[in-house]
Amino acid sequence: MIELEGISKTYRIPVRSKGVGGAIKALFKREYEVVQALKGISFKINPGEIVGYIGPNGAGKSTTIKIMSGILVPDDGKCQIGGQVPWQDRKAYVGKIGVVFGQRSQLWWDVPVMDSFELLKEIYDMTNAQYERSFNELCDALELRSFLDHPVRQLSLGQRMRCEIAAALLHEPEILFLDEPTIGLDAVSKIAVRQFIRHINAKRGVTVILTTHDMSDIEALASRIMMIGKGEILYDGSLESLKRTYIKSKTITVDHHDYKGEVQIEGVTLISQGRERTILKVDTSERSIAHVVSDLTDQLSLKDVTIENEAIEDIVIRLYQDHQI
Amino acid sequence: MRIYFKYIQVLFRSEMVYKKSFILLCIGQFFVPFSIFFAMFLLFDQFGNLEGWDFYEVALLFGVIHLSFAISEMFFRGFDGFSTLVVNGEFDRILVRPRSTVLQVLGSKIDFTRIARILQGLFVLSLALTHIEIQWTFLKGMTVFFMIIGGIAIMSGLFIIFASMCFWTVQGLEIANIFTDGGREMTQYPLTIYAKGFRIFFTLIIPFGMVNYVPMQFLMDQTHQVSIIYAFAPLYGLLFLIPSLMIWRFGVLRYKSTGS
Repeated sequence: MIELEGISKTYRIPVRSKGVGGAIKALFKREYEVVQALKGISFKINPGEIVGYIGPNGAGKSTTIKIMSGILVPDDGKCQIGGQVPWQDRKAYVGKIGVVFGQRSQLWWDVPVMDSFELLKEIYDMTNAQYERSFNELCDALELRSFLDHPVRQLSLGQRMRCEIAAALLHEPEILFLDEPTIGLDAVSKIAVRQFIRHINAKRGVTVILTTHDMSDIEALASRIMMIGKGEILYDGSLESLKRTYIKSKTITVDHHDYKGEVQIEGVTLISQGRERTILKVDTSERSIAHVVSDLTDQLSLKDVTIENEAIEDIVIRLYQDHQI
Repeated sequence: MRIYFKYIQVLFRSEMVYKKSFILLCIGQFFVPFSIFFAMFLLFDQFGNLEGWDFYEVALLFGVIHLSFAISEMFFRGFDGFSTLVVNGEFDRILVRPRSTVLQVLGSKIDFTRIARILQGLFVLSLALTHIEIQWTFLKGMTVFFMIIGGIAIMSGLFIIFASMCFWTVQGLEIANIFTDGGREMTQYPLTIYAKGFRIFFTLIIPFGMVNYVPMQFLMDQTHQVSIIYAFAPLYGLLFLIPSLMIWRFGVLRYKSTGS
């Protein structure tokens, strides 16, 4: 479905020197700084996959999305999406994709949401039957009906994002690019958006590529993650195997009956100890959780034990550190 | 075409959300060029004529160019304010929709308040047409129509060219107004009153002359050679759209390779 091979892209950014003198100089001779945004990245995505595309700001995420949606032409490399090269024959290609830029609206601000949808119907040249089918499906799944006749500017951010996603999917694209779809949303809206993405992926078989800074988006949605940093793909694989490779410790929180002594267990780091609660960090490569728990039972009279994995954020930070991003 | 009407519909509904501001802007739009016209009237009242052109002849040119300019500004507003579309990333959105970029930029904004300027242009034009001493024929009527069409094409071409400049730089675009606003101010008078080199440039390169003094000679039966050429000269203005659209296409290609 999606195939990128050795895609690279450099930008020339004009450098502005300071002060009036610099401004005058820039009029005659511009100096450029060359930034290599993508250094020959390659990957394949199969139909129906949901891929989380993550990386710090400026790593090349947006550039990749822009190339895949045909907005940018790369300097080098091959890209085939649904049998087409995105930047060739733009009009034929973009009918197959839907794009949501989380920070920018694609709806007409002052008119009712419904008007935007009807204009999109014309833009994508949809038949009445196709439009009705898609529109009704999206309205039901995203629960849009109660505010279809409200102007976009009066919608809450959560309502607006639901409309944005509906607008991107109205023409029934095969591929959906979501650039930070949950940015700024409250918890309830985030969950609604995630549920919908899963739903539409299952129902229409839409391939979804999503960039986000919110790791819980990834945990909730993506079975596969790709991490980019400094223009290179640093990790491409399942979330599970990322966890297995990079999770080196677990946190154990123990609630126990009054205890005044000091807990002494081999191979753990004591994070905090109170009279009724003790928190420990276990390096799982050194000691197994089972052993630690059995040691704990010997020393304390337990009320409750919680074992937590390291948060995915921390793993990603470690990944960044490993690659010195 | 249907899609363009759909765009107009949505834009008009958006405009009508702010009715009061719309009406106030319209009133302003009506009176600004009117005051220029009034100043011109006083000028002629004092001096009688301008290098042999009388008041109604100049009023005809004034009416034509202001009408063309107003129509062009109304429908090509998206190009006129194109730098904002580039700066706020709206142009990326345009590129991911399966319609021509020109159509989508046209559909991004229409300045409905220009309707007042259009009315004002029509008012001056009809004043001139009813008072001017011309032996009217059907072809002469067509020529006036061609002048308006040609004028719209030249103005719109200029808007497209200057919008294309945004693909290279978004700074210093104020210079564009020299050609658009300046062109309008200049061609509200017959170009024959200006220096020769200047006149040639604005007749052949940016062909304002073709909708100005050239067809005017035909209307006033002052042509010596084949008069039919003078009658159709305004349509030369349409040719100006060809290089304009070429520059636009070139600019879009550049945008796709630099992304800025």
